[in-house]
Amino acid sequence: MSRRFDAGYYISEGFHSIFTHGFMSFAAVCMIVACLVIMGSFTLLAVNLDNMLGDLENENEMVVYIDDSLTEEQARALQPVLAKIPNVSQLSFVTAQRAMEEFKAKRENNALLADLPDETLRDRYHVHVVDIERMAETKAALEQVEGVGVGNVRAAIEIADGFVLVRNIATGVAMVLVGMLLIISLFIIANTIKLATFYRREEIAIMKMCGATDGFIEWPFVVEGMLLGLTGALIAFFVQWGLYQAVAKFAIQGNGISLVTILSYQSMASTILAVFCGVGAFIGVGGSLFAIRKFLQV
Amino acid sequence: MIRLIDVYKEYDNGTKALKGVNIRIDDGEFVFLVGPSGSGKSTVIKLITAEIAPTEGRVMVNGFNLTNISPRQVPKMRRTLGVIFQNFRLIEKKTVYENLSFAMRAIGASNRELRRRIPYVLQLVGLDQKGDRYPGQLSGGEQQRVAIARALVNNPSMIIADEPTGNLDPQRSLEIMMLLERINELGTTVLVVTHEKNLVNRFTKRVVAIENGRIISDETGGYYNVEKI
Repeated sequence: MSRRFDAGYYISEGFHSIFTHGFMSFAAVCMIVACLVIMGSFTLLAVNLDNMLGDLENENEMVVYIDDSLTEEQARALQPVLAKIPNVSQLSFVTAQRAMEEFKAKRENNALLADLPDETLRDRYHVHVVDIERMAETKAALEQVEGVGVGNVRAAIEIADGFVLVRNIATGVAMVLVGMLLIISLFIIANTIKLATFYRREEIAIMKMCGATDGFIEWPFVVEGMLLGLTGALIAFFVQWGLYQAVAKFAIQGNGISLVTILSYQSMASTILAVFCGVGAFIGVGGSLFAIRKFLQV
Repeated sequence: MIRLIDVYKEYDNGTKALKGVNIRIDDGEFVFLVGPSGSGKSTVIKLITAEIAPTEGRVMVNGFNLTNISPRQVPKMRRTLGVIFQNFRLIEKKTVYENLSFAMRAIGASNRELRRRIPYVLQLVGLDQKGDRYPGQLSGGEQQRVAIARALVNNPSMIIADEPTGNLDPQRSLEIMMLLERINELGTTVLVVTHEKNLVNRFTKRVVAIENGRIISDETGGYYNVEKI
């Protein structure tokens, strides 16, 4: 007799089993949804904070003043030295003359400044950094370069530090909660499948006696676990969407100083869906395999 | 072919179920394994179906050495056997046809193979008109016929019947035994475990008697000897 992979049979048995013990299936899906939404919420918070930090990093710059004793050529020659300093992402040289023009341009109506000589200001570099968390360290490194003084750091270091702190807390809490919820979800799925295997223990025993392989017996339960996991993932995706929109709306309304920028859910939707489905399927299949192995010792 | 060579079986709780059992059953034979409760009959069946392993000795079934059989080989060995139980062990929520197709699907049979084989087997056991009935709608004798059909459906070389008439009245028991005899005549080896003396004595077959974990008699064309057991 031919042996073959009967996918239709496995899927139909998996579906059937879900509805046979509907309450446990419902509980399992609810746990997966809870797990994924909590995981997703903290991860999205971390992602948004990361994005805001990125914005801050782009906006933040340090102004590095060049000593008066250096000529413009000597000042320009410092560029490669400054560029080599760790965490420096971008350097732009501004001559004293250009700096004065910009200074005056911002204060057009102030006649008192009109007669200021170009030499009033110094040549300078505008420096952008890679990691805003290391701003102070970078500033200290820049100050070590001969002929250079660093002042007027236009960086909201306190705000950045706040974002970093919240992001790190969110990431930590997310990891702990996700770990706990994953274990709980695996446990619930495993119990759901155990119930299914207990309910079908006679069928399993008959199949084993007829010569069914462990794989043949396992597959419907694996399909059942996967379906429960994917159903939970899909529901979680939409619950997360609603929750995210509500929180985003609230955050934007209370954001008087435009400090908070929120990423749109749609821009991350495909990634979120893929991650949710992956985690859901992992929980479902993992829980099923964990439960079924015990029942195959016939 | 079954061979038990100097087989001992001691369970974890210390019960010594078999104490040096030797049995040889050749292809095409019809054998009764008889003995009182606790004599070791069920242990012999469990050894043959690879549900348990012997503590000592060798067990060979249809070319498979069960003493050191790998888990992957067990399903292959079991496909050479058809097992019938006292309590039928039918799936109540499946029809007669579905009970048989379930057994065939378990070994990966195609729909075509199901359609070809099941009607033939149902006809063989006299249930060709009852494929769409549920077990609960059948008499005890008919349910046991379904169980026999399920054991036969995968075309095994050997049928092992564990107290197949235990839940049946004498007339139905006789019918079931005659059906097993007919299956044997068609070439399938049959091993029937029973303690029903009258039934055994109506058939002139080989009778292996076991008591206290030891074979106490093995007579071809023999009887269930009351004095011995």
